[in-house]
Amino acid sequence: MEPEAAKPTGRVADVPAVAVSNLTRSYGDVLAVEDLSFTVEPGEVFALLGPNGAGKSTTLEILEGHRRRDGGSVEVLGRDPADGDREFRDRIGIVLQEVGIERELTVREVLEHYGACYTRRLPVDDVLDLVGLDGLGDRRTHRMSGGQKRRIDLATGLIGDPDLLFLDEPTTGFDPSARRQAWEMVDGLRSLGKTILLTSHYMDEVEALADRILVIVGGRVVATGTPDELRGGADRDTLIRVRFPAEASGTLDGLLSALVGRASVRNGMLEVRTPAPTADLHHLTTWAVERSLELDGLEVNRPTLEDVYLDLIGHGGDSDDLEAGGPAGG
Amino acid sequence: MADRFPSSMGLLARQVGYQNRLFRRTAISAFFTLAFPLIFLLLFGAIFDDIDVAPGQAVAAAQFYAPGLAVFTAVSATYTNIGITTAIYRDEGILMRIRSTPLPRWVYMGGIVGSAVAIAVVGSLVMLAVGFGLYGLEMQADRIPAAVVTFVVGVASFSLLGLALAAIAPSGQSAPALAQATILPVAFISNVFVVLPDPARWLDIAGDVFPVKPFVEAFYAAFDPFRTGSAWEPVLLVRIAAWGLFGAIVAVRRFRWEPSTGTGSGGGRGRRSRR
Repeated sequence: MEPEAAKPTGRVADVPAVAVSNLTRSYGDVLAVEDLSFTVEPGEVFALLGPNGAGKSTTLEILEGHRRRDGGSVEVLGRDPADGDREFRDRIGIVLQEVGIERELTVREVLEHYGACYTRRLPVDDVLDLVGLDGLGDRRTHRMSGGQKRRIDLATGLIGDPDLLFLDEPTTGFDPSARRQAWEMVDGLRSLGKTILLTSHYMDEVEALADRILVIVGGRVVATGTPDELRGGADRDTLIRVRFPAEASGTLDGLLSALVGRASVRNGMLEVRTPAPTADLHHLTTWAVERSLELDGLEVNRPTLEDVYLDLIGHGGDSDDLEAGGPAGG
Repeated sequence: MADRFPSSMGLLARQVGYQNRLFRRTAISAFFTLAFPLIFLLLFGAIFDDIDVAPGQAVAAAQFYAPGLAVFTAVSATYTNIGITTAIYRDEGILMRIRSTPLPRWVYMGGIVGSAVAIAVVGSLVMLAVGFGLYGLEMQADRIPAAVVTFVVGVASFSLLGLALAAIAPSGQSAPALAQATILPVAFISNVFVVLPDPARWLDIAGDVFPVKPFVEAFYAAFDPFRTGSAWEPVLLVRIAAWGLFGAIVAVRRFRWEPSTGTGSGGGRGRRSRR
């Protein structure tokens, strides 16, 4: 049989690698993704960030062509992934979570086998170098550690020299040093000019890797931008923290109404996010001195990106906003 | 030109080689598929060594059980082997990984079937060779075409039934039990291990419903010492092929690439529990 010609799918510089608008998908009554829109430019490392169940994986699977959408339009490398044909799969690399590897084969055999399906492929030794498995090519995959298997996953995603690489939670379950190494690998891919779309639920991870971040919660966009832009507004605020003065909570109302900033309680700490730290510290200390209270654990900080993220996704669920006039007890 | 897919035939040959390699490196499946039926042959050889199965005629006992065991080997290499390994690979997420590549799905399926057929050919030939060499099995040369065609129809049909088995197996863990629970009872009522001299009518009918007995009978026709004339059994072949068609329909309609435990998970469990 004659070799089958692939239609040209080369990317054009001014066409986004990924263009999503008003994407919607539900499972039964549960809306997994609601009216999601974003674009990823060629050569960009783009992160979908959100807690478990935010709709990240569903979105990724739709972009990969492995899941149908209910509504909206999606273009990946100029094609609709729902038509997900062979030419489309030739141009993308997918690194899924927890996908098995043929335990009977060596790493090199796996890469040669998967590489053979593509129109172009990177040399096996180059890929092994790239993912940090140089010298381990002739080892059977079942003798590799968990972190090494994750590198094989990445290697199989890269072997076909994709224009666009999907990384689904690349470091979930890693120890800190393995995460650090994985970040370095992804950073190395950036230098190859690959467009990368990754999902994560770690703010520090996307801060280290991504050019741009889309934060989604409950299938909806809650924030988008570069790491700096995300820090943006919140970064101008100062975070004042003090152990929640439970014994005087009945007299908090007056204090809270005087504060310029926004107060909340998280993990037993009263937190005040304020653009006017001088005035609010004064209110707080005056209130305490008048009642002969000590402000235990008093801290004045600028919020980290992690704080911004927890704020965006609703404080991780263990915090209450305090409204002046109706403080949450204890 | 760089932007060309490799030829489909080249990819298919590679897939067959890949499946063969996986099989060779999995000692347990090689044992159950190839050695297990051979042990039956050696046991039967010892048991029937001194028994004169056809008084007054020079007919070896192996003439009656070796063809049936050769068919059993072919069924193990196709139906059982495909059903179990494909379900396990699905649970491990390997099918998900394959689905993510530009490999055409039919080429992957073709690799599974091609490899299973090759294993069936090797296993059955070894079985018959031992029969010829050790136990006085005989065959008329002019019956070889009928035996070959029967074998081809049989392994093709049981390969499709193997894909159907993988499709309906709830998980890789349950696939071996499902395979054995379906094939062993059927084999016993299909003249594989013993030829029932005067079976109860319902056993006879039950055997005829399933595809193993037509396969055994059609294949045995080429070895039958009392048969005169042609060894062709077209009606039996149609019955086998009908089951193959049924398997193809089930496989096409029900085949899944995702692990049964949901997208992308369950890999670790299946990996440790291979048969």
